[in-house]
This record gives sequence, structure tokens and C-alpha cells, in this order.
Amino acid sequence: MTNETLIISSGIVLDETVNLSLADVCEACRINAESIFEMVNEGIIDPEGSEPMNWRFNTIALKRLQTALHLQRDLGVNLAGAALALDLLEELEALRRRLTEHATPHE
Amino acid sequence: MEFKDYYKIMGVARDASQEDIKRAYRKLARKYHPDVSKERNAEERFKELGEAYEVLKDPEKRAAYDQIATGHQHGERFTPPPDWAFDFNVGGGGFTGGDTTGFSDFFDSLFGRNTGRRRQAGRSGWSGPLSGHDQYANIHISLEEAFSGGTQTVALAVPEIDAQGRLTNKTRTLNVMIPKGIKEGQRIRLSGQGGPGLQGGTAGDLYLEIRYKPHRFFHAEGADIALELPVTPWEAALGQAVTVPTLGGKVELKLPPNSQSGQKLRLKGRGLPGKPPGDQLVTLRIVTPEAATVEAKALYKKMAEIMPMNPRAYMGV
Repeated sequence: MTNETLIISSGIVLDETVNLSLADVCEACRINAESIFEMVNEGIIDPEGSEPMNWRFNTIALKRLQTALHLQRDLGVNLAGAALALDLLEELEALRRRLTEHATPHE
Repeated sequence: MEFKDYYKIMGVARDASQEDIKRAYRKLARKYHPDVSKERNAEERFKELGEAYEVLKDPEKRAAYDQIATGHQHGERFTPPPDWAFDFNVGGGGFTGGDTTGFSDFFDSLFGRNTGRRRQAGRSGWSGPLSGHDQYANIHISLEEAFSGGTQTVALAVPEIDAQGRLTNKTRTLNVMIPKGIKEGQRIRLSGQGGPGLQGGTAGDLYLEIRYKPHRFFHAEGADIALELPVTPWEAALGQAVTVPTLGGKVELKLPPNSQSGQKLRLKGRGLPGKPPGDQLVTLRIVTPEAATVEAKALYKKMAEIMPMNPRAYMGV
């Protein structure tokens, strides 16, 4: 193992102001549009806009897509399984957040 | 290098059937998958698991491993036998996708470096450019750091290709700009800072996800900062001004007269910066002074006389 330091000023913050086109999402996930259509049909992501040409994806959709792809690749789940896991994970995350809100320590 | 007991990692006996190994892998992979698991070191465990499975799922590799594994303990120092040579069978394929980047030196010394990539290329029969993998990591920052922004140092194990064309792991330290007001769960994408490409392929991207460290008294709700504020009964009843900590420093807050415990007050724009900035949400908690002295007890009795009240009236008691 060797060490090297690299100075990076900044990256792109994927916040709510960022939205991506179908081509952007394909590039970011390195998958073809066909796979994205399947994810949209499965309800994994819900782009804004009526036609694929005008579709806009927010960064939450990008993260859901990437997680779905990882679950498919690593755990062998199908699209419906990935969709279910994603929804449950989101619910779990929300519950965990509520739990920490209630567990704020007193002094 | 350290010897890795792949059976121990997968929690199976040395004579486990291929079916048992597959079952153990699937179960543990679900448990430690970095997108699913909240376990500490999930990522590390998942990688280790992938490596163990890569060897044990393949009867050829498993037999080769068994041959050298007898007599070795997990974690002990290990050097491969001088005459060791594993004839790597191109085209194995399988469930993990066979990406060996990030596997240990132990794995590399037994089964060769670069095998995953070679196989990926071999499987598709395509030897053109291969783009690098995206990498994912979490950065843990304090709420103060989220409030004021700044740079954070991130250390990452990154596979790189050395002069001999082999894949090795390097520790790379990145100084990443954290913008003011970044929220928990938001990600920073650093283009081209992920895994390296092969044969002229582009490098992958690096995604850093923001996680907040727990704070002693604040917690974030999106861009809002919540705080439970202890106040005295007289501050609450008389509506006095109290000093409140915020991430940006102390501010004075005038309580409404006759405030109650649990009442919520909003300090506009005192949360995380942004467009618009978040608010600070203050929940009052009235702390009653101890009746520790004769005078204090007398005072409480006097209060009961002057201001009799039954806070349980609505319960019918």
C-alpha cells in the first residue's frame, strides 16, 4: 500500500436542485435506457415529465436506481424484489430517524 | 500477509456442501450488504464475504485452497508455498459477478491479481476499454461542520494499476470541500475519482454520502435544527428572555408568558444555511427546582395556596 495525497476542491453536491435527464442517468449508472424503462415500469423510480425525452430524475431517484442495481448484482434479487427492498429500507430509515429524535439525551 | 480462513468468514464447516456454502453466502450477503446493513464495517465484511465465496463456490479453487489451508489459523502470518501455481480457469462466472478488485493480498497471492477483470473481458469476448467502478463511501461530519462547511479528509482504498499492469490497492487521501448547509443523506459526486478504467476506459465516479455525527443536544430534521431547551418555571410563566445556543452562536429568545413544557418555538433562519435556510425548532422543557430547603418547601406550599390547580382535571380525577 502506498500513500498519495490528492487535492480536490469540490465535487457536485447532489441536492434537491439537481435533476438529471435520461441520458445523464444512463451515463451515471452505466446502463442503457431499456433498463431504466424497466425500473420505471416497476415503479422503482418515478421521473417527472410525460415522454422519456423530457424525463427528469431527481437525486433520490438516482440513489434508488443505484441501490436497485447493487441489490440485483450482489444479492440476485429481481426488479420486484429490489423495489420491495427499497421501499422497506426507506421506511426503516424514517423509523430510525424518528427513534433518534426521541432519544435525544437530556443533561 | 495474513492467512484468511474462508470457512470461518462464512461460518460453515470445512466439509460443508456447495449448497450449504451458497446458502450461508446468501444469508450473510443480505445481512452485510452495504446498501442494506447498518452494521459497523458492513462494507468490509461484505467484501471479505465476497472473497471467501469467490473461492469456496468454485470446487477447483476450493480444492486448491483446502490443500494449503490445513494447519493454518485465521489471521496468522502466511506465505504461499514457493511452488504454488493456480491454473486460473477463465470463464468461471457466477453469482458475485466475479469482480475481484478490493480482495485481499492473500487472495491475490493464491489466485492471481486482475483475474476478475480478465474474466469480465473474457466472458463477453470483448477486449475494448472497460470503465472503472463507481465507489461509495460515507463521510461522518458534525452538525457544526455541516453548518459552516469546510474541507474534510477522506481516506479510501483505491485499486490502481501499477507499472507491471497489475491491480494493487492504494490508500488515497482526498480533501473534499463540504459546502455550507449540506444535509444528511445528500451525496457529493466526484467524477472520475472512483475505480480506474482499463484499456483506455474512463474511471468510475466516487459518491460520498453525508452522515451526521450525533450531537449532545441538537439534532437535524432536514435543514431545521431541533433543540430541547430546559427552562425554569418562572422563565416560562413570566415570559422571560433566555439565552439559547444555535449552531451560529448564542441568541436571545423571549418566551411567551405562560409557556408550557412541550411548547414549540421557532427561531427563523437559525437552522442550517441554504436557500431558504432552515429554522431552529425549540421545544421547551420546564425543569422544577428541588424543594431542598425549608424555605423552598414553604414557597411551594405558598404557590399551592395562591395558585391552586389540578392539571389532571381533564382526566376526571
